[in-house]
Amino acid sequence: MTPPSDAETTSGTTQNASFGGMQARSAVALNETARVTVRNLDFYYGANKALKGINFLLPEKQVTGMIGPSGCGKSTLLRVLNRMYSLYPGQRAEGEVLMDGENIIADGVDMNALRAKIGMVFQKPTPFPMSIYDNIAFGIRLHEKLNKAQMDERIEWALSRAAIWGEVKDRLNSSAMGLSGGQQQRLCIARTIAVRPEVILFDEPTSALDPISTLKIEELIDELKRDFTIAIVTHNMQQAARCADQVAFFYLGELIEVAPAGQLFTAPKHPKTQEYITGRFG
Amino acid sequence: MEQMAEHTVRAYAEELRRLREMVARMGGLAERQVADATTALVRRDAELATEVMSRDAAIDALEAEIEAFCIRLLALRQPVGQDLRLIVAAMKIIHDIERIGDYARNAAKRAIVLAQQPALGSLNGFQRMARLVQENLKGAMDALVNDDANRADEVWAADEPVDEVYNGIFREMLTFMMEDPRNITAATHLLFVAKNLERIGDHATNIAETVHYAVSGETLAEERPKADSSAFAVARPPS
Repeated sequence: MTPPSDAETTSGTTQNASFGGMQARSAVALNETARVTVRNLDFYYGANKALKGINFLLPEKQVTGMIGPSGCGKSTLLRVLNRMYSLYPGQRAEGEVLMDGENIIADGVDMNALRAKIGMVFQKPTPFPMSIYDNIAFGIRLHEKLNKAQMDERIEWALSRAAIWGEVKDRLNSSAMGLSGGQQQRLCIARTIAVRPEVILFDEPTSALDPISTLKIEELIDELKRDFTIAIVTHNMQQAARCADQVAFFYLGELIEVAPAGQLFTAPKHPKTQEYITGRFG
Repeated sequence: MEQMAEHTVRAYAEELRRLREMVARMGGLAERQVADATTALVRRDAELATEVMSRDAAIDALEAEIEAFCIRLLALRQPVGQDLRLIVAAMKIIHDIERIGDYARNAAKRAIVLAQQPALGSLNGFQRMARLVQENLKGAMDALVNDDANRADEVWAADEPVDEVYNGIFREMLTFMMEDPRNITAATHLLFVAKNLERIGDHATNIAETVHYAVSGETLAEERPKADSSAFAVARPPS
């Protein structure tokens, strides 16, 4: 399925980040174009340094899983990627996050445009207290002016891509609050993709869902990576193993190791990764 | 070897310990079978040989038990990293040990026949070969129990002397047969015993290779040093 109106091709940047060590190896192993490149990123909550010298890339149209114990910085990194942190005083990032050659954490970046390019799905489904239709239309109206027919078409496209169209097409005007948790989360994914972003960030998207709804979301992520670059933060290591092409392990604000999922879960290079994934963490 | 932290789930750590212990026990049984089969051969002891044959069932039973245990661990613990490698390695290793048990059993069976045949030569080569393969088997099992990739590498590279003794036995048996056709029955059985011991050595190096992967996460890619030239003892293949 293609977007209803002029589908832009998301050609990736071809810059080669001068990574050392593990990062370089994983970049070679995946042999992919970086959609987002993070360089020497430091992040502060006030005086507290939460991310330390992160060098990292999101390969285009691949799923990057981010794992690590609570407080390791993985969610912080997601919040940096779409500048959620800018909403809070005292939080600041240093370094570069490059997308299409532009440093998106620099001053003067158009936040609305950025968040249309980099969408985010949260831990708990966050439907607005309005109809299913308006939940999707709401975000689109912020960014684009579409006539009724175009809007209908876009909403059907987004709901179909989020694998929920069949379940809601006969009750688009009912309240979104009446949907089940799993349906609400897929609705939120539809809302995110409705503005046709290039990158989708998932912050523990299934931690509030039952196993079947979880598998539906995982299947959906697998489906979405054909068109979008995806990063997913998860506490569930099996989920990272199931969904992700590359997996990054964070610990105490540092990126310890990033490798193709198959390698990271069979023969990780770093002892800390080894301890964490096998459950030997103190 | 870097000491890993303990598992957060103690029951899981206990299961992995038990797995190692069971595989080591199976390896120990196979070592004893190889030793006793060789002793039965050298001492012309049909009674001991019969005992060796009957003990093989215990190895097979242990293999089945360990395999079921591994499948259970895979299903219930969803192991990753070194734990996954250990469990997969265990499943491969017990298969190698089971084969070693079969070869020992077959050697014992031939020892019974040989005890009724006229003696041929000294059988020193057989003792030497049996000792070498037992050392390798023991080394491979120690490497597994102690997470020792270096020990595994030593075993992996130490199969050459086994092949050399085997070549010697092969030539010796050919000579006996050429000297007197009445030696053919005994010499043929002895050739099979030598081949069994040589195969046991190969399985020991397989185990070492598997242990290397389980411990280090890397496979031994290069070709292992080999010296079995018995195939060319009489005639070279056309080149």
